[in-house]
Amino acid sequence: MYRLRLWAVKHSRQFERIYAALETTLVKLHPLFERIGYNRLERPVSVVERTAKGLLFDCKMCGQCVLSSTGMSCPMNCPKQLRNGPCGGVRPGGYCEVKPDMRCVWVLAWDGASRMKEGYRIGNVLPPVDRQLEGTSAWLRASREKALSLQVSDDAERTSLARAFPTARITEPAAAPLAQEPDTQRKSGARK
Amino acid sequence: MTSSAENPDPTKPYSAPPEGLSSVSELEKVLRAGKFAVTSELNPPDSADPADVFEAAAPLADVTDAINATDASGANCHMSSIGICSLLTRARIETVYQISCRDRNRIAIQGDVLGAAAMGVRNILCLTGDGVGAGDQPGAKPVFDFDAISLIRTIRTMRDTGQFLSGRKITKPPHLFIGAAENPCVDPLEWRAERLAKKVEAGAQFIQTNYIFDLPRFERFMTRVRDLGLEEKVYILAGIGPLASAKAARWMRNNVPGIHIPDDVISRLEGADNQGDEGRKICVELLQKMRKIKGVSGVHIMAYRREHLVAEILREAGLTDR
Repeated sequence: MYRLRLWAVKHSRQFERIYAALETTLVKLHPLFERIGYNRLERPVSVVERTAKGLLFDCKMCGQCVLSSTGMSCPMNCPKQLRNGPCGGVRPGGYCEVKPDMRCVWVLAWDGASRMKEGYRIGNVLPPVDRQLEGTSAWLRASREKALSLQVSDDAERTSLARAFPTARITEPAAAPLAQEPDTQRKSGARK
Repeated sequence: MTSSAENPDPTKPYSAPPEGLSSVSELEKVLRAGKFAVTSELNPPDSADPADVFEAAAPLADVTDAINATDASGANCHMSSIGICSLLTRARIETVYQISCRDRNRIAIQGDVLGAAAMGVRNILCLTGDGVGAGDQPGAKPVFDFDAISLIRTIRTMRDTGQFLSGRKITKPPHLFIGAAENPCVDPLEWRAERLAKKVEAGAQFIQTNYIFDLPRFERFMTRVRDLGLEEKVYILAGIGPLASAKAARWMRNNVPGIHIPDDVISRLEGADNQGDEGRKICVELLQKMRKIKGVSGVHIMAYRREHLVAEILREAGLTDR
């Protein structure tokens, strides 16, 4: 919801704290999650995540949530889905080029980041979205990635992308994931 | 303008750039030598005839260091940037190949980067691109798989690591001088320099800005750029252009995304006997003032349908013998 989204950005500092606490909890739960199986958790967790984040941030379930690096303003609401800042077409007063009645997602993002303790993270270069992960839980991915931060992937594409965007790999590992996806449906991709 | 020595010969192997350069780009050489660079942009033809490309380039080729070939700017369909660059390179004219993220995904773009490099492109300008709604085919599907910044980092990875984003090896990596745009005069004004820093961090080596008609805004931007020490890391070419009339200026401001023209500029045009002349004078004055701003390494002249004025503007600004 647009109004709630604006409200969330206004309270970016508080949401940053909530998110940090949520992440710590999820990382601590990693051994338990592993025992239950990330596969089995995917469905229920993504339902909760979709509902909560959909309401608060107009979340589009890209599966690679970077809200903590974007002032709690979801970049997937940008009509150009930019992940690294505003385009050059922002209208006077900070309105969107494509949707003139909407505040630019990235004007909000920089404003939100200015109130956050780790707001400088908005300066990190983020990789393009992996469209294969759309609809999956970014919370589970983030906890898995943080818990297994030293894991090296056997997937060449993932390793290469993580190397090309090293800062993103450290601060937003879900945006440059390395851990094996629990979903066995994900093909490793035919490479010739 | 360009020396012929390093121009591509399809029968010879792809050669490495000279020591200390990332490409065999003449533009890179000019900038690294500390000379004031001048680039301009060409109005791409709606035609399949190479002669139309050469005709469009003719007023610019001898007076500029490189010519940008726009990539469907304003989301309007024209001859492709890669086609124009390929033709001009064969005529030994230095080009800047523009890539917008609007129309092609990562598979197409990475392939085009190699294709362009093979055809002699040495300079690439990475752009987000205007929304499809701004152009002549608003029903098109917007792609935006990359954004300008992830595109810059991807091309740098291809060049420096010799890999596609997929990790697959590139046997002969492209030698490229990587550029990006910045729009110093539109919102969020207070964060534009920070966004520029992000582009530099991603791998941008030169910047061509959007049109600047508001000098105080640009000066504030450049002050912040210097505070961040960016002028040491990237060559900034300020974007300018001659306005045709007050009416044209108003139309641009209302219809072209990302254009800020202050009211006093429009009223100055309105009050002039010959608005076209006045537009040119404003452009010359801006150019002379920008040249004195610390951290400005050159200008990028966008004279849409007024390309014939570029030589005159440079002469009047005292930039003919750079």
